Amino acid sequence: MTHLLSHLASVALAASPPAEGAARAAAPVLGRVVEGPWTAVLIPGLPLLAAVLVALCAAGRVRSKLPAWITVGCLAGAFAAAVQTYLAVVHQPGLAQGVRVLEWIHLSWGEKPGQSFAADFGLYLDSLTMLWMLFVTGLATLIALYASEYMAHDLGAGYNRFYFAFALFVFSMSCLVMGDNLILLYLGWEGVGLCSYLLIGYFYKKPSAVAAAKKAFIMNRIGDLGLALGIMLTFVQFGSVRYAEIFEAAAPYLTLAGEGRIGEIPLLIQLIPVLFTVGAFGKSAQLPLYVWLPDAMEGPTPVSALIHAATMVTAGVYLVARFLPLYQCSTWALPIVAWTGAGTALLAATIGMAQFDIKRIMAYSTVSQLGYMFAGLGVLTSAGAAYHVFTHAFFKATLFLGCGAVMHGFAGQLDLRKLSGVAFMKGWGIVGLAMLVGCLNLAGFPFTAGFFSKDMILAEAFASPTYQALGWVLLFTAGLTAYYTFRVFFRVFIGPKFYEPGDELHAHDDHGHGHGGAHGHGDGHGHAPAKAKATADAAHDFHPHAPGWAINVVMVLLTVGSILAAYPYLISWVPGLIDASSARVIEVAHGGEHAHGTFFGYDPHAVMYYVSAIVGAVGIIFAFVLHFVGRTGAATAKADALLPVFGPLARWAQNKWYVDEFYNFLVRVPLLVISHVLHLADKLLVDGLVDLAGFMPQAAGRGLRRQQTGALNGYAFGMVLGVGVIAAIGAVLLW
Amino acid sequence: MIGGTLVTLLAQGPIPADMGGVTLAHYLVVSAVMFVLGLVGFMVRRNLIIMFLCTELMFQAAGIALIAFSRFHMNHTGQTFVIFVLTVAAAEAAMALALVVLLFRRKETLDGAAWRELKG
Repeated sequence: MTHLLSHLASVALAASPPAEGAARAAAPVLGRVVEGPWTAVLIPGLPLLAAVLVALCAAGRVRSKLPAWITVGCLAGAFAAAVQTYLAVVHQPGLAQGVRVLEWIHLSWGEKPGQSFAADFGLYLDSLTMLWMLFVTGLATLIALYASEYMAHDLGAGYNRFYFAFALFVFSMSCLVMGDNLILLYLGWEGVGLCSYLLIGYFYKKPSAVAAAKKAFIMNRIGDLGLALGIMLTFVQFGSVRYAEIFEAAAPYLTLAGEGRIGEIPLLIQLIPVLFTVGAFGKSAQLPLYVWLPDAMEGPTPVSALIHAATMVTAGVYLVARFLPLYQCSTWALPIVAWTGAGTALLAATIGMAQFDIKRIMAYSTVSQLGYMFAGLGVLTSAGAAYHVFTHAFFKATLFLGCGAVMHGFAGQLDLRKLSGVAFMKGWGIVGLAMLVGCLNLAGFPFTAGFFSKDMILAEAFASPTYQALGWVLLFTAGLTAYYTFRVFFRVFIGPKFYEPGDELHAHDDHGHGHGGAHGHGDGHGHAPAKAKATADAAHDFHPHAPGWAINVVMVLLTVGSILAAYPYLISWVPGLIDASSARVIEVAHGGEHAHGTFFGYDPHAVMYYVSAIVGAVGIIFAFVLHFVGRTGAATAKADALLPVFGPLARWAQNKWYVDEFYNFLVRVPLLVISHVLHLADKLLVDGLVDLAGFMPQAAGRGLRRQQTGALNGYAFGMVLGVGVIAAIGAVLLW
Repeated sequence: MIGGTLVTLLAQGPIPADMGGVTLAHYLVVSAVMFVLGLVGFMVRRNLIIMFLCTELMFQAAGIALIAFSRFHMNHTGQTFVIFVLTVAAAEAAMALALVVLLFRRKETLDGAAWRELKG
């Protein structure tokens, strides 16, 4: 990993000139595509192969770790192909490369331009694509390796199912990121949504997991509607869904925007990015659609790490970055993106501060950090946003997998009031160290990768004259982030050693001890006053089992990756890549003087390092004082004494600001009422008509049965009478 | 009177020489009388066998009318038809009498009113 990263970095350095101030790389040639390397096909191809092979394993009822090794092998191959392709792409900076894999959809209903529709299974390779694919395939390989141990309790059908969805996810994500048209992107977009649904609902016997899976799917549908409408509007406006042709057709508008004449761009063109934004907010868990992501933590932790922290949730950021030319043609799209991002960052951070479930805290921090990325895009530092995606992928995967190791080892225990000093227990050193590195990154400690990437966004926000307030929101959020991150670290990983086992979500049958007994013990101890006795070295039925080699190796690699992710900043690797792709920020002419925001009269780009370092340090110090100093047990800390100061605010934050309840009231209750009304209408109106059709012959029968008297003479008389009547009528008619 | 009107009507047609003074009207009158007797009998009598015989009477009345018309028009259609009627009537008689026997065994009576419970 070390060697690889430095190699990548040096190649990037060679490929793009150092971004010194105004000396930026040449503008990318949008709309022109040259033939790309065939190895790119392997990037989606190998995960698909893995999915097929794992499906065969499932069909053959394999009960070994074979699916894991197949997946890890194929994903490692995909990563190698991604590196190969990356080298080929940066060899020709600013030029997108295309690989057409197979013909897919070709429709035509006339000869004129705009009367045909083409979407091939083709790949669009530029530096933005390859940046994404490098960390997607790299992290997926590592997390698949981690999961080989983490999921071992479920060998057999569940294991096969897990790796099938896992491999299919990587395939879908590759389609999303590498596709050369919006239809293929949409296929990948829905594919990752499906895999996410399958993996959140992995424990399908658990009602909460099923509910969370449904919630994620439905919330994403709302966003996907926006994306679908955006794609349709794109086709109507530009006559194509292929990136190259869209960018070519949009070039005149981009020129207009560059000249500051954004008002002359047709409104429908300006609406396209707004619709895309709706899709991006759904997939990337932004206000108001973010509520599914914290619930998605019902899935196995490797899934949370890969899909719901590192890769899938950045698809929205990718979408915005890919179509940044269109976003820059719109008056409203970027402010919407920026302010929603900042609002989400702040809201999620306040919720994260008040939670007790450490995995949930990490989930809210993911929502919050995704907010940073959108804010970065909104204030037009696509390089900062992309770099934050990159660094976040590493340190958030580290944090999640660390939490997962704790959950795995302590029988599903995630409550920070029931764990303490984990890093000091035997065999947990590596996890503790990895968590420290991850927390430092998330908190923005100086010289970590997270510090640099967050800084790029903060500085750009303060540098934009219109986004000063947004900069303050983000800076305040940075302080909150540092606090809640280290709240977890100080309470769970250091301090006095203490633990209570969880409720045995997983049966660790790879470990010798009986878990039924441990469970019973945990229950028996739950109410015992002598909690201090239940320390790790006490005579105890339950032994936390320390992570094995696969988890430790992955934790080490990810930790090293998180640290080294800071290096690309020093060589402006990501800005070089972004400037050579469609995510490049155009220069807007302001008619002479270039307006530039300042931070108390200083250049934000120069002072933000110090400011954000101080804010982060203050957050960490708060956490240190409130959650570490003088803490003797796990359940309580000094912070509890502060709760009355905040009054109901703390309780509201703990209850997630009642957003779920609000949505329940706003959407579910009206729907319930409407459905009851419709049910009533169905009962009365539709069923009534059907019942009437049945009632009429019944009533007629009841009336006519009187005629059947049972007297034979009567029947004969009736017949004669009838014949007589007919004869009489005939006589009247004839004469 | 209907019978008189019929006679006047039919007397105007050609009368075959070998019918010996007996005209079509005579046959039709006999047929009508037999039919009405059967009809009235069926309506007023309660004995199942009598009622059955009354239906037979109505069959034969119709048969007489058919044969008379057949002779009157000098073709064999009516007579052919009567042979079929007789065949069906014979089969029907076998079934009807069997039914009557079964009904009698149930109630030990031939009174049709005993079966009034078969009402709707």
